[in-house]
Amino acid sequence: MSEPETSQSTALRHAFGNVLSFFILLLIGVLAFSIRLFSVIKYESVIHEFDPYFNYRVTQFLIKNGVYDFWNWFDDRTWYPLGRVIGGTVYPGLTLTAGALWRIFHSLNIPLSVETVCVFTAPIFSAFASWAAYLLTKEVKGTGAGLTAAVLLSMVPSYISRSVAGSYDNEAVAIFALIFTFYLYIKTLNTGSLFYATLNAIAYFYMVCSWGGYTFIINLIPMHVLLCIVTGRYSPRLYIAYAPLVVLGTLLASLVPVVGFNAVMTSEHFASFLVFIIIHVVALVYYIKGILTPQMFKVAVTLVVSVGLIVCCAALAVLIALVASSPTKGWSGRSLSLLDPTYASKYIPIIASVSEHQPPTWPSYFMDINVLAFLVPAGIIACFMPLSDASTFAVLYIVTSVYFSGVMVRLMLVLAPAACIMSGIALSEAFDVFTRSIKFQLLGATQSPQVNKAGDTNSVAKNDVVKTEISEDSLKERPSRKNKKKEKENIEKASSVSRIEKASLVSRIEKRLLVLPLEASVVAILLLVLLGAFYVVHCVWAAAEAYSAPSIVLTTRSNNGLHVFDDFREAYAWLSHNTEVDDKVASWWDYGYQTTAMANRTVIVDNNTWNNTHIATVGTAMSSPEKAAWEIFNSLDVKYVLVVFGGFVGYPSDDINKFLWMVRIGGGVFPHIKEPDYLRDGQYRIDSQATPTMLNSLMYKLSYYRFVETDGRGFDRVRNTEIGKKHFKLTHFEEVFTTHHWMVRLYKLKPPRNRIRGKTKKSKSVSGSIINQLCHAVHVYYCETCSVTLT
Amino acid sequence: MEAAAQKTLTISLFMTLISISILPLLTFSFNPDEPTNRQILVLLDDLSLRSSHSIYFSSLQSRGFNLDFKLALDPTISVKRYGQYLYDGLILFSPSTDRFGGSLDLEGVLDFVDSGHDLILAADSNASDLIRNIATECGVDFDEDTSAVVIDHTGYAVSETEGDHSLIAADDFIKSDVILGSKTIEAPVLFKGIGHSLNPENSLVLKVLSASSSAYSTNPASKLSSPPSLTGTGISLVSVVQARNNARIMISGSLDMFSNRLFRSGVEKSGSLKKHGKSGNQQFATEISKWVFHERGHLKAGNLKHNKVGETGEPAIYRINDDLEFSVEIFEWSGASWVPYVADDVQVQFYMMSPYVLKTLSTNQKGLYYTSFKVPDVYGVFQFKVEYQRLGYTTLSLSKQSPVRPFKHNEYERFITTAFPYYGASFSTMIGFFIFSIVYLYNK
Repeated sequence: MSEPETSQSTALRHAFGNVLSFFILLLIGVLAFSIRLFSVIKYESVIHEFDPYFNYRVTQFLIKNGVYDFWNWFDDRTWYPLGRVIGGTVYPGLTLTAGALWRIFHSLNIPLSVETVCVFTAPIFSAFASWAAYLLTKEVKGTGAGLTAAVLLSMVPSYISRSVAGSYDNEAVAIFALIFTFYLYIKTLNTGSLFYATLNAIAYFYMVCSWGGYTFIINLIPMHVLLCIVTGRYSPRLYIAYAPLVVLGTLLASLVPVVGFNAVMTSEHFASFLVFIIIHVVALVYYIKGILTPQMFKVAVTLVVSVGLIVCCAALAVLIALVASSPTKGWSGRSLSLLDPTYASKYIPIIASVSEHQPPTWPSYFMDINVLAFLVPAGIIACFMPLSDASTFAVLYIVTSVYFSGVMVRLMLVLAPAACIMSGIALSEAFDVFTRSIKFQLLGATQSPQVNKAGDTNSVAKNDVVKTEISEDSLKERPSRKNKKKEKENIEKASSVSRIEKASLVSRIEKRLLVLPLEASVVAILLLVLLGAFYVVHCVWAAAEAYSAPSIVLTTRSNNGLHVFDDFREAYAWLSHNTEVDDKVASWWDYGYQTTAMANRTVIVDNNTWNNTHIATVGTAMSSPEKAAWEIFNSLDVKYVLVVFGGFVGYPSDDINKFLWMVRIGGGVFPHIKEPDYLRDGQYRIDSQATPTMLNSLMYKLSYYRFVETDGRGFDRVRNTEIGKKHFKLTHFEEVFTTHHWMVRLYKLKPPRNRIRGKTKKSKSVSGSIINQLCHAVHVYYCETCSVTLT
Repeated sequence: MEAAAQKTLTISLFMTLISISILPLLTFSFNPDEPTNRQILVLLDDLSLRSSHSIYFSSLQSRGFNLDFKLALDPTISVKRYGQYLYDGLILFSPSTDRFGGSLDLEGVLDFVDSGHDLILAADSNASDLIRNIATECGVDFDEDTSAVVIDHTGYAVSETEGDHSLIAADDFIKSDVILGSKTIEAPVLFKGIGHSLNPENSLVLKVLSASSSAYSTNPASKLSSPPSLTGTGISLVSVVQARNNARIMISGSLDMFSNRLFRSGVEKSGSLKKHGKSGNQQFATEISKWVFHERGHLKAGNLKHNKVGETGEPAIYRINDDLEFSVEIFEWSGASWVPYVADDVQVQFYMMSPYVLKTLSTNQKGLYYTSFKVPDVYGVFQFKVEYQRLGYTTLSLSKQSPVRPFKHNEYERFITTAFPYYGASFSTMIGFFIFSIVYLYNK
């Protein structure tokens, strides 16, 4: 695409192309960085959402105390009273990256605050990711495709959603690491260089440090290796690309504390070891095939296969028995829910409760990758002509990532780079065809052979050629190392020249047929540009409007202009100014990270949902009546309870809407909490038809306490209904703070009563209880008639 | 920008901070700085009580209390000024009043107690609803029948008027030296008044003087038509309450009990051969007032210390399997000074959701309690807890938070003996590979 077509000398043309590519890449980097700054411009330079606050806090600790203290950090302010070993349970890549950035800036006397560095880490790394996408696609389909893919990736909405300024999360650096690891793998595959193989292992290590999604790499690459072997594309380059990665990569991965022995113990990694064995067997077979005569080889094959099968079966049986003996079959819950999308909703409510673990809807594909969804099939077709090792990898990558994105909406993020690469290839090929057609039509047929020697085709053809040549080479009798290398180079040169000529001859014939009419080409180019323009418009809109909200500050537009809801920070500031340093704050786990990071108070549970029982305890307390809840909270030394309530301003992701998950998670551990008790005829409601259990639950009471005083009738703007129980008093909790828009409400546990009251007048209390029982009986009867009439 | 960075750094990470949280509400009426010269408001139905109960009052005055006598209906009564209580204790010897003068009311009395002040309340057979309600709020239920009195046909005090068995000679005391003093009360206590019952689930209220098994509570003037609601040892004559903030309350069903007449009178319990020249009332009332006004059984604990063995400073965090030393000081108020409290049953818990370590503390007889133990092999946020609840004594409930961390990466053993075969294997493989490479590459 960027290649200048008219040329005197190829060298000059290449130089010019490289310089142009360099500046285009620079601009892509600037674009990737600047499109993510909408959140800073529209709001302010703050950390977004939930997890980023934890990462921010960890980064602060790292910068203040150094790497070793970070590694050994035991955090006593979360998961009270269990605490959390941060160093051993966190993926340190992001934190170390930001820490290193901060250190570099400071060594250059640029005094940035930790927060600033954290806010801008994600945009910086999305520029890197674009460049990595360029490198990867260039390896697959040449520079033009690389640049197109880089442009597309720099502004794909799916990736923007996780990497806007302030979104300081693992994915911010992990996507770069993912693409870069893939690039190095393909690079090794294309060159057969041990240098790149080592770099690949190091890049893999960085990925393991950064994100749990590294298992995608360690499963995808073995899949590709297996595919190459099965389709007869085994070559020493494949061996060099794969074997060092498994050995070094596994060794390095086990150095990361959070992975540790998981790198060899869990099923996620078994595929790589299996393929590791297979590739050695295949390598041995090829070697033996080379040194034996065909007859002898046949005999050897029958011998080895019969013995090998027995051994394999025995080993497999042992392995299966080992794996089957563990309850989860050696797979972690999150990974299992990838293979069986219904697994989580069946067994692990805590995973299912997270919205980003839900399967995506169709519109979200259009929202997140937009026109790329239509370009991907074209890209896949382009990858098949001609099919190389690199392009099979690209195809495999897109196919698997489409599946994973269909399981979990969060993994759309893994799909996005693949879609960009594919679309980049498709667009580049299309432009290639159209521009060539135009040129052919304009300049006439005489100059067409020169066209065919243009850079794109050349490099692509070279990939293919090099591969076939080397695989042939491997079958030859093996000379000593040095000799071999020289010989190889010679052969390579000679052969590649001849091949290119041969290939160009073939492609010339093909491309003569592919030449399109001038008008059609021009129109098609215009349409493609239009498509691209539409994509750009959508991406900018998505970056500006859809994905830039920090969720810690909310805004609405009304007739009076912009209205800002800053209730969360108001509440956290209240906590940090008005409570003791060691006070414990209970809330649903979503707000745990923010409470520790912003209010600096100890929390009971937080977003690192590692202890289901502890979360279930809080869920049970929230679902229990006041007294039982008070006892649970008191046993956990809780002083304050924080609830998020959206009914006043219409903020839909509040605790009442999350309440059923609390009931489910609580009920999963404490069976006396039953979900049907909170549902009226299977419907979740908070109006007068709500069940008594629901109306008496702590969450209901804390959310709607004094709510009727706001408008006189207690109209909930999220559920669009009047609440069921309007006037009630709290006996064990007292309201201490409610934010301006009622979005965060803080309650304090009352101390136990100073005195225990005696019984009141006996005769009255007896009759009272009888009346209560009567009421209850009547109520139950009424309910039964209700359900009967309804059914 | 730089300043902001510094600020965020300083704000962050107070994980090493540990604070003391002493649980009991530190609002004792009992002010250790001013143990004497304490003000007590005495509300009377009738100022003549001042002389008829003068022995009791003078015993209080002789112990350093300033008594402020007022009629219950006195409009100038006020216990609080500018949010400060004017009195340390309240004696309600006004059973028949149905309201107080001035600003004091039921809520006022309860607030007075809830802010840590002490109360002595005496009812009588004509006790008003106000007095009954105060008692109920403190956990004491007087007989519902307003005209009922306690009658005991076997445990009565022998007197001139034959057939009047409402003057009871009660000798069923609580067995507690703290409440009733170390000197046993020999003579029975004369009691004439109404009985009350306690909720057995109420852990704060104690029956100090209970009726005998033959007692019952009814109106002596009317005929007994239905079984009386209060009978036997279920009837409590005098009860004490120690509220959760350690405010102390005494509730008696008889005002006469404190009178000079019964203080001086001799007593002969029916069926008992022994005749006492002087009733036990004076000793009983005086001893119990000592308890109520914190002259006895008032403990204070503090100076909670813990450190690693061999060190002196309190560490911010412990490591699992550390050896540590723990100490706490406990003193008791003797009425004039703080004296060391000596007991062998004070325990410390090393607590995280449940006590991982529970150890009885040894004492040096000078108020210092100490022990040492090994931190369990569990990490988390632990608390040192001293929970001391003994009959009659103030509740001690102290806790101090201290996190326990796991080993650091460099605190494990460098080489494990059992792993030597593995070390051998890996090194021999490395050497073997090296030799193999040389042989393979250069052996041609």
